[in-house]
Amino acid sequence: MRSAVGTPQTGRSLHRFANPGQFLRLSGAVLPWLTAGAIALTALGLGWGLFFAPADWQQGDAVRIMYVHVPAAWLASSGYLALAVCSVLSLVWRHPLADLAAVEIGPVGAGFTALCLATGSLWGKPMWGAWWVWDARLTSVLVLFFLYLGHVALVRAFDDPTRGYRAGAILALVGVVNLPIIKFSVDWWNTLHQPASITLTGAPTMALSMLWPLLIAAIGYMLAFAAIVIARTRAAVLERRIRSLLMARAASDGGEAATSMLPQEGV
Amino acid sequence: MTHLPFIVASYALGVAIPIGFGLAAFLRMGRARRRLAAIDPRARRGGLA
Repeated sequence: MRSAVGTPQTGRSLHRFANPGQFLRLSGAVLPWLTAGAIALTALGLGWGLFFAPADWQQGDAVRIMYVHVPAAWLASSGYLALAVCSVLSLVWRHPLADLAAVEIGPVGAGFTALCLATGSLWGKPMWGAWWVWDARLTSVLVLFFLYLGHVALVRAFDDPTRGYRAGAILALVGVVNLPIIKFSVDWWNTLHQPASITLTGAPTMALSMLWPLLIAAIGYMLAFAAIVIARTRAAVLERRIRSLLMARAASDGGEAATSMLPQEGV
Repeated sequence: MTHLPFIVASYALGVAIPIGFGLAAFLRMGRARRRLAAIDPRARRGGLA
């Protein structure tokens, strides 16, 4: 019988999947397909949205910014959720890959949040007449961007990487409180930002001719996000292996020549 | 298309940011793979580098 979540067996299963060698083999097989799917779907969704989807009766062609802005916004939040999940895996189960994955998600999530903020600003100027307003939705996404930047800085702020991972994981978990604020800000407060057009419980309030390219672009961006994070995590695993090999070699030689070849962690 | 500059700028960012991150990640992965293969021939034989 399979064990329930939280039992020791769950932890053992997680560690089996977290074996770096197994991760490298599995991700090496998945990554080309993920990359190809990301390029194809993103190109299709953005091309459809830019050239073939209808203009909005109120906003005109400016609505086409939605096909970039909305997937970026979804990824900003879901990327942070992935960061928080990695933090739980790291703090509770000491998952060996969760720390590396969290470190690599941070900059990518910050990049997509910056994309969301920038495209929102480019959409806001022609529609609202302002590049920025201190609206609850915009402000909470800006806080999310700062949380990402804080995580990126914090995990690299310690000489002992393990302490940095722990501090980053705690920050990531504290920051999760911002996700429902982002989601429900348009319902809780009277905001300039429009409420959600797509919900899990109700029918979408946009035409299917707009919904399809939006969903395709969103799936394409999600695959791109996953491919980038997996590629970065693969690089981090290889760099860690290089570092430990060189350290072992330096220790056995008693010399310092090998330590000068240590790879720098990428940002 | 009166809002063309805004739309073009959004799409340019929407393409440039993921491509930038993607290229940087794949270059970093290739660099790490070559460096590991140089110092550990077993990794090359095992297909990990």
